Amino acid sequence: MSALLELICPAGSLPALKAAVDNGADGVYLGLKDNTNARNFSGLNFDAKALAEGIRYAHNKGVKVLMALNTYPQPDTVSRWHQAVDTAATSGLDAIILADPGLMAYARKVHPNLRLHLSVQGSATSYEAVNFYRERFGIQRAVLPRVLSLPQVENVVNNTDVEIELFGFGGLCVMVEGRCLLSSYACGDSPNTFGACSPGHAVRWQQTPKGMETRLNGVLIDRYADDEKAGYPTLCKGRFDVQGETYYALEEPTSLNSMEMLPEMARLGIAAIKIEGRQRSPAYVAQVTQVWRAAIDAVKKDMAAFKPGSFKPEAAWMAQLNKVSEGSMSTLGAYYRPWK
Amino acid sequence: MNATVAPASLPANKPDSRLALKDTGPSSHKAGATRLSLGPLLYYWSREDTLAFYEEAAGWPLDSIYLGETVCSRRHLLRLSDWLELAEKLTAAGKEVVLSTQTLIESESDLKALRKVVADGRFLVEANEWGAVRLLAEKGAPFVAGSTLNAYNPDTLALLAEMGATRWVPPVEMPRDMVKAMLASTAVPERMETELFAYGRLPLAFSARCFTARRHNLQKDDCQFRCLDHPDGLTMRTRESEDFLTINGIQTQSAKVMSLAHRVDELRTAGIDLLRLSPQSRHMGRVVEVFRALLTGDIAAATAPEKLDKLMPGLPCDGYWLGEAGMAYHPM
Repeated sequence: MSALLELICPAGSLPALKAAVDNGADGVYLGLKDNTNARNFSGLNFDAKALAEGIRYAHNKGVKVLMALNTYPQPDTVSRWHQAVDTAATSGLDAIILADPGLMAYARKVHPNLRLHLSVQGSATSYEAVNFYRERFGIQRAVLPRVLSLPQVENVVNNTDVEIELFGFGGLCVMVEGRCLLSSYACGDSPNTFGACSPGHAVRWQQTPKGMETRLNGVLIDRYADDEKAGYPTLCKGRFDVQGETYYALEEPTSLNSMEMLPEMARLGIAAIKIEGRQRSPAYVAQVTQVWRAAIDAVKKDMAAFKPGSFKPEAAWMAQLNKVSEGSMSTLGAYYRPWK
Repeated sequence: MNATVAPASLPANKPDSRLALKDTGPSSHKAGATRLSLGPLLYYWSREDTLAFYEEAAGWPLDSIYLGETVCSRRHLLRLSDWLELAEKLTAAGKEVVLSTQTLIESESDLKALRKVVADGRFLVEANEWGAVRLLAEKGAPFVAGSTLNAYNPDTLALLAEMGATRWVPPVEMPRDMVKAMLASTAVPERMETELFAYGRLPLAFSARCFTARRHNLQKDDCQFRCLDHPDGLTMRTRESEDFLTINGIQTQSAKVMSLAHRVDELRTAGIDLLRLSPQSRHMGRVVEVFRALLTGDIAAATAPEKLDKLMPGLPCDGYWLGEAGMAYHPM
C-alpha cells in the first residue's frame, strides 16, 4: 500500500533525531555539516559518526532516515555534493532529498537504486514540473512549496504518480522556496547556495534608546518596544514602511499549522507531512512530533471507521503547538486561499 | 553620481581581491558582439501605456525584446493574442522576439496559458520553471532558460542544453567568477548563449501572496488590480527610511537598481552575449541608448554612472556580480 500521512520530522542533531524517533515519527530528515543542505547553521547537523549512529537508532525502531542535499551545487565545489550523495548511498539511508537537476542526474547515474525525493527547494508547483523530475530522474516523492491552496495541491496529486509531501507545521516561508534571494541581496548568502536564510553571522541585536533593534548586515529589520518580544531578524518577517505606514509588509512572525486540514490531506492521498525545524531544540521536536503523531493517528482512525469530518484538533494539542510557534502565532498559510 | 559603498555590507572575511577589475582569464566561449535585450515587463501598466511603451521600444537600439506576463496570472489587460500581435510588429521592426512565461504556476488555468504559448511556435520562448522546460522539450522547440530555473552548475546547464535551451540567464545572484567557471566548463555546449541581467530592479523573490493587495488590505482574489497604481512598484523602506525592497504584486524586487553599465568591458571579455535591461516606466529609451553607446564605444564605461544617475528610479547596486551582498555598490 502506498504511503499515507507519514510523519516526517526534523533532526538537526542526534538528540533531536532520537526525540523524533521516540515520539512517533515515521521518518526523520537530516543534513551534513556543510552547505549541501538548507539548514547550514553552526552547531547543527551530522558528521559521519553521528550519521551512522542516527541511522542505527532510527532503523532499530523502524523509522526511515532521509538526507536533505537540497542546496544548489556550484561549479568549483560540485564534488562536495557528489560525495554527499555517495555517502548517502553507502550509509543505508532510505532516500535523499534533492533540488538540483544536475545533482539528480548524478545520483541517478551513479546510484540507480537510491530513492530520490524532490526538495521543496526545487520550486515545483505544477504537475508538469513534478512529472519532469519523474520522467527524467525517477523521483518517487515531491515536497511542494508552501504556496498552493489545497484545491491546487489536489490538481497536482491527480495528475502525477509521484507521492506528494506537504509541510504541516513550523516556520513559514512566505516566498516560493528556491526562488527567494532576499537574504543574499541583504547579506550575500542565500538558501540556494549557502544553505541559510538570514544567517547568524550577519545578524546583530542592539539595545538602543528607541528600543531593541535587529539588523541583518546593517539593514534594520525591526525595532521592538520594551513590551514587545524581539524575534530573529528573518528579513521577510520584519516591519517596514510602505507609503508612510509601518507594518509587517510581507508576513508576521508566525508559524504554519495545517493540522485542521489533515482530514482533507488524507482524502487527497498526501503521502507525508513534513514538520519544519531542524534548527530547533530536541524538546521542540519531541513535543511537536508527539502532538502530530496523535493527530494523524486520530485522522486515520476516523477514516478506518468511515467517519470523515469527525476529526477536530484537540485544544490541548493546538495550545502546545502555539507555545512553540514563532511569535506564538500560527496560520494555515496558502492552503487556505484567503491568506494569499 | 555620488554613489557610496554600503560600508556595513562588506563582511570582514571577504577579500579585497574580489574588487579587482582585471579579467581572470579568457572564456572558452565565442566573443561575438554583445547584444542588448529588453527583459519582460515586470510591472502592470494600463493597456495604452504598455502598447505605447512597445511602440517606442520598436525604435530603440535593441536586439531582442522579451514579451509576456511573467509575474501574475491575474494581470489580463493584454491577452496572449495581444502579445502575439506585438511580437509580429516588433519582429517586423527587426527585433528578435522572445515570449517569456509565468514564473509561478499554481493552477490548471496557468498551465493552459503556458501550453498556448508553447503551442504557438512562431517565437522563441523563455522558460521560467521546469514545467515549461518539459513542455518545450516535448515539442522539440528551442528555448531560453530563464534565471529562475536555477542553473547554478555546469551539469544542470548541460541538461538544459540537452533539452533544447540555446540561451540561459544565470540566477541574478550569480557572481562573475561563477559565471566564468560555468562558461569555462566543457560540459556546457559552445553554442549556448549567456544573457545577463545587467540593468533594473532585481527580481528577488516570488510568493503565493500578493503584497500589493496586502498593502491595500485586499485579498489577492479581489485585488482590484492595484498594481496599476504603482508603475514601478511600491518601495519598502526600513524603519530608518532606507529604501530596501520593492513590492510588485507577488514579486519582491530590490529597491536599488542593478547596473553593470560601468562594467561593460569586463562583461564582454567574460563571454556574455546579451545584456538584459529590465523595463521601467520612465526614461527607458534613454537607458537603452546609454548601453548601446557603451557597447559601440561612443561613451566610456567610467562615465556610465553619471549618465544613468538621473534616469534610474533608485540608487545603483552591483554587489551580486562581485560576489557580495546584492545591494552593495562599487563604482569603478
